Amino acid sequence: MSIEIRNIKKEFGRFTALGDVSLDVPSGELVALLGPSGCGKTTLLRIIAGLESPDSGSIHFHGEEATDRDVRERQVGFVFQHYALFRHMTVFENVAFGLRVRSKKTRPSEAEIHRRVHQLLSLVQLDWLADRYPPQLSGGQRQRIALARALAVEPKVLLLDEPFGALDAKVRKDLRRWLRRLHDELHITSVFVTHDQEEALEVADRIVVMNQGKIEQIGSPQDVYDNPASPFVYKFLGNVNQFHSRVNQGQAHIGDITLSLNDHHGVQDSDALAYVRPHDIDIFTEQNGHPTLHAVVSYIHAAGPLVRLELQPVNDADIIEAEITRERFRELALNQGSHVYLKPRSVQVFLETK
Amino acid sequence: MSAIVSQLAHYNAKVARSRATSEPTWVRWTLIISALLFLSLFLFIPLAAVFTEALRKGFETYIAALVEPDAVSAIQLTLIAAAISLPLNLVFGIAAAWAIAKFEFKGKSILITLIDLPFAVSPVIAGLIFVLIFGLQGWFGEWLIDNDFKVIFAIPGIVLATVFVTFPFIARELIPLMQAQGKEEEEAGLVLGASGWQILWHITLPNIKWGLLYGVILTNARAMGEFGAVSVVSGHIRGLTNTMPLHVEILYNEYNYAAAFAVASLLAFLALVTLGLKSYIEWQSGRTASANEKASDQ
Repeated sequence: MSIEIRNIKKEFGRFTALGDVSLDVPSGELVALLGPSGCGKTTLLRIIAGLESPDSGSIHFHGEEATDRDVRERQVGFVFQHYALFRHMTVFENVAFGLRVRSKKTRPSEAEIHRRVHQLLSLVQLDWLADRYPPQLSGGQRQRIALARALAVEPKVLLLDEPFGALDAKVRKDLRRWLRRLHDELHITSVFVTHDQEEALEVADRIVVMNQGKIEQIGSPQDVYDNPASPFVYKFLGNVNQFHSRVNQGQAHIGDITLSLNDHHGVQDSDALAYVRPHDIDIFTEQNGHPTLHAVVSYIHAAGPLVRLELQPVNDADIIEAEITRERFRELALNQGSHVYLKPRSVQVFLETK
Repeated sequence: MSAIVSQLAHYNAKVARSRATSEPTWVRWTLIISALLFLSLFLFIPLAAVFTEALRKGFETYIAALVEPDAVSAIQLTLIAAAISLPLNLVFGIAAAWAIAKFEFKGKSILITLIDLPFAVSPVIAGLIFVLIFGLQGWFGEWLIDNDFKVIFAIPGIVLATVFVTFPFIARELIPLMQAQGKEEEEAGLVLGASGWQILWHITLPNIKWGLLYGVILTNARAMGEFGAVSVVSGHIRGLTNTMPLHVEILYNEYNYAAAFAVASLLAFLALVTLGLKSYIEWQSGRTASANEKASDQ
């Protein structure tokens, strides 16, 4: 089932949680709402579920207006950040709850409930925990039970609020791959909220980057990573270096360095901010006659697959971060205090609006 | 071997830490003994006195004082007042706690303050307010006489006064508990399609049952033991509007000590049962909580 969100606005007192948000989620897609805390992503998710109502705007499920539809009739599955399992019920009863509360007419028989709950528990690979109580489970197990419970009512849309936020790093990694596989199996339209860019980039079909109640960019993971639409998206998705530069007729000037751009051809001599990813910086130990940035190595983090360098430019205060491979690091034979010459390989500029 | 050594080191560290953070022995014992002395002076000795005085003239006199018609009627009235005010405050307490803990609305802090009012006001004044409203010279006095309905100096007045003085207990017990539990579980139930009643029965009530039971026991104890407010509205009509505490007072004023202490011993017994139940509930809910914690640590 597709979801269309049209011009949703929501305020809490004077705080604007969502200011005119519109978004389409095509049927069967796994979409991530990504943004820092307080950006309105959870509010948007809760409005889709019907747990909050928007001040204005509308929600459509499969083309049908559903803004005022009762939560119970929306056929959504919701997985809460802290699982919200019913602590006094066994795992089995938790998953069965959505079936048991149905009216007599639509309630499946006891045997059918049994069959479906066990089917779901095997789907999340936790059938052996059916008689346990939620407090006796680990965080990852609780999260999977919460998912099974949400799926028990056969929702048309699955909504997940920071599904892996409360788990430790290792479990988190396993679970998000598992969620991706599960989605590929079930093809249920899913929206999940996260503040972890790595998680969004790895799991989602599409990423919706949000900031201060507005959508900054919508696109595939590669799209938003490679072509960020705004300085905010650039900074939020991974590390980035910011330079003051001037743009003139499709060329950016950072210090003495000139880089050609794909756009901004009509711009005449304007101030701009240039963004360069740490892995897009070439490092040389000699100047070779080309214009470069002269800097001193101030710190070396050699642990990990890449070597991270902190570089202090000779005539600028802001530290530049660069990442190079271990082989390149050995080739250059850098030490703390070495003089290096930098050249950005690719750059994206945003004109400064005055 | 190394495991044993590290265990020993751990043990030693524990002992050292406890020594580092606790007071010298003499301070601890002084504190414990003074607390015990205080308790025996103000609690144990009076309690023992009640029972010895009650049984001073023999077991038969004791029983006779309890089965005497006026005493039986006082016991009955006390039970009736408690039986009516308890369910009323149960419903009110849950409703108020639910509203305060799960919703945001204007005037919430005023509601919380109002719930505390019976704690702040002297019970005697509470009784007087009811006399002022429903009494002969009161606001509704004439209308009540015309309709031949007695509130003051009758059972309805006693029930009203009892409800008034006991209504904070359950709400006060539940509000912090429900606030701490949040509303995620209720929302989960809602998304799964449960109706309001189903959510209350299957999710909310099981989660608050120990707190609720605790509140009920406190309410019951207070309802049966209330003196001031009930004394003002009751009129002390023997065999008709006397509750147990009022009956004790009357007997005592008549120098009928044995009977007075006999009835008082019933109330004291009730207090002991209440304390017993209270600590059982605390133990039970503490056990569930610590079991949960242990399990989640794994």
